[in-house]
Amino acid sequence: MLVMNNIQKNEPHSARAFWPQGTVYGALLNFKQEWDMRAPHMLDAPHKGAPKAPVLFIKTANTFTPSGQTIAIPHSVAEVDVGANLAWVMGADAKPVACVLVNDVSIPHESYYRPPVKYKCLDGFMGIAAKAKPIEEVQSDAVVLIVKVNGHEVQRVNYANTVRKSQALLSDISAFMTLQEGDVLLLGSDCLADGKRPRAKPGDVVEISATGFDTLVNQFVGDAA
Amino acid sequence: MKHARIAWAGAVHEAVESNGELLLTRSPWPGKRLKFEEVVWLPPLAPVPQARTILALGLNYADHAKELAFKAPEEPLVFVKGEASLIGHKAFTRRPQGVTHMHYECELAVVMGRTAKNIKKENAYDYVGGYTVANDYAIRDYLENWYRPNFRVKNRDTCTPIGPWLVDAKDIHEAYGNPMNLNLQTTVNGKVTQSGHTRDMIFDVPTLIEYFSSFMTLQPGDLILTGTPDGVVNCDVGDEIVTHIEGVGDLINTLSD
Repeated sequence: MLVMNNIQKNEPHSARAFWPQGTVYGALLNFKQEWDMRAPHMLDAPHKGAPKAPVLFIKTANTFTPSGQTIAIPHSVAEVDVGANLAWVMGADAKPVACVLVNDVSIPHESYYRPPVKYKCLDGFMGIAAKAKPIEEVQSDAVVLIVKVNGHEVQRVNYANTVRKSQALLSDISAFMTLQEGDVLLLGSDCLADGKRPRAKPGDVVEISATGFDTLVNQFVGDAA
Repeated sequence: MKHARIAWAGAVHEAVESNGELLLTRSPWPGKRLKFEEVVWLPPLAPVPQARTILALGLNYADHAKELAFKAPEEPLVFVKGEASLIGHKAFTRRPQGVTHMHYECELAVVMGRTAKNIKKENAYDYVGGYTVANDYAIRDYLENWYRPNFRVKNRDTCTPIGPWLVDAKDIHEAYGNPMNLNLQTTVNGKVTQSGHTRDMIFDVPTLIEYFSSFMTLQPGDLILTGTPDGVVNCDVGDEIVTHIEGVGDLINTLSD
């Protein structure tokens, strides 16, 4: 599989590691829990209506961090959101060929009105597991992610609880844009019961795992700059 | 120098503008001259080793901000686009059936030339490789107030024509002082529908580079589409839209169904 074996030259991680070759897209509000919490206010300004099409964002290439490397939290914030995601790696004809675990790190933000570039596109703000798994070996809508901070479980993310099942999400996206070979699609991150996401602060080690998947581990550090 | 990337004779080539023609610069055709009509124009951007970051500004001209909203933004309103939305000069952009308001947006596109992190305004131009013209189409029928402007409006296949030329930054800086001194104009089927000037940007190019590079490292080949002035109108299938920026180029696009 071409996209899984393509290696970024000069990357410090192992030669067989997965690394995104294309654009990384993520889906917002794809878990029922968060959707239901926000639903009573979706008609209010500034939204004035529930989203119809999938709400997407891009994780730019400067965010990519291999598993095992540190992620810097800027001085301006005390902690960041952990967005544990199952992600699809796309092949030809906008069909997924592999799955990989990623952490869509964000500066916590309440409003989903404007694009989240200054919250989601900071350097290093996406942890990426080292190995992808062939799509044939995964039932994406049954995957359960376990999120641990410093060894303690803080969240289980069950993809049975999505708003759009993985194929429906892809189909609804494909209605208006074509995912290219090598692109990556994050299927969504869930919130906790309080509506927030798990948080990480400098010094914390965040681990995202799922049965049969290569585990993603990143330590968060203060920004040295 | 004006650089182009073209398809001709079964392959992709780098070319430069020379006396109203394209001059191929590399093997196997160094010195070969071609007429503009003989080639297929691709986005004038060299391939990059990982996903190109394409930042685009909304409401970055005072008049356009007034046209679409009530007050100008206090910080850049930025969204990100995928590279698959880009197409070249003289190409076709698809207008979905049944939409009522699809409009062009003539924009000065900044192409980064060097890796940029924590750059100050005073030095920002040193990090620009060149400039080109982008037409950042929007389909207003699909606007939703979630991460607005949402991807269904702004990240569609074929909906970001770019080119024809990548003009070296130093040529623009020498001829015009800086890129904040250029006229913009759009014509639809030959009729002028949009006129503006880059000096009217709310956040100018150095400010944008300082802002973005304060939290994200930009790489050579990354793009900043700097927004569009007042004067966007609906266009229909068959319309020829020419987005012009003084000294940078005339980007031609035709809407198709």
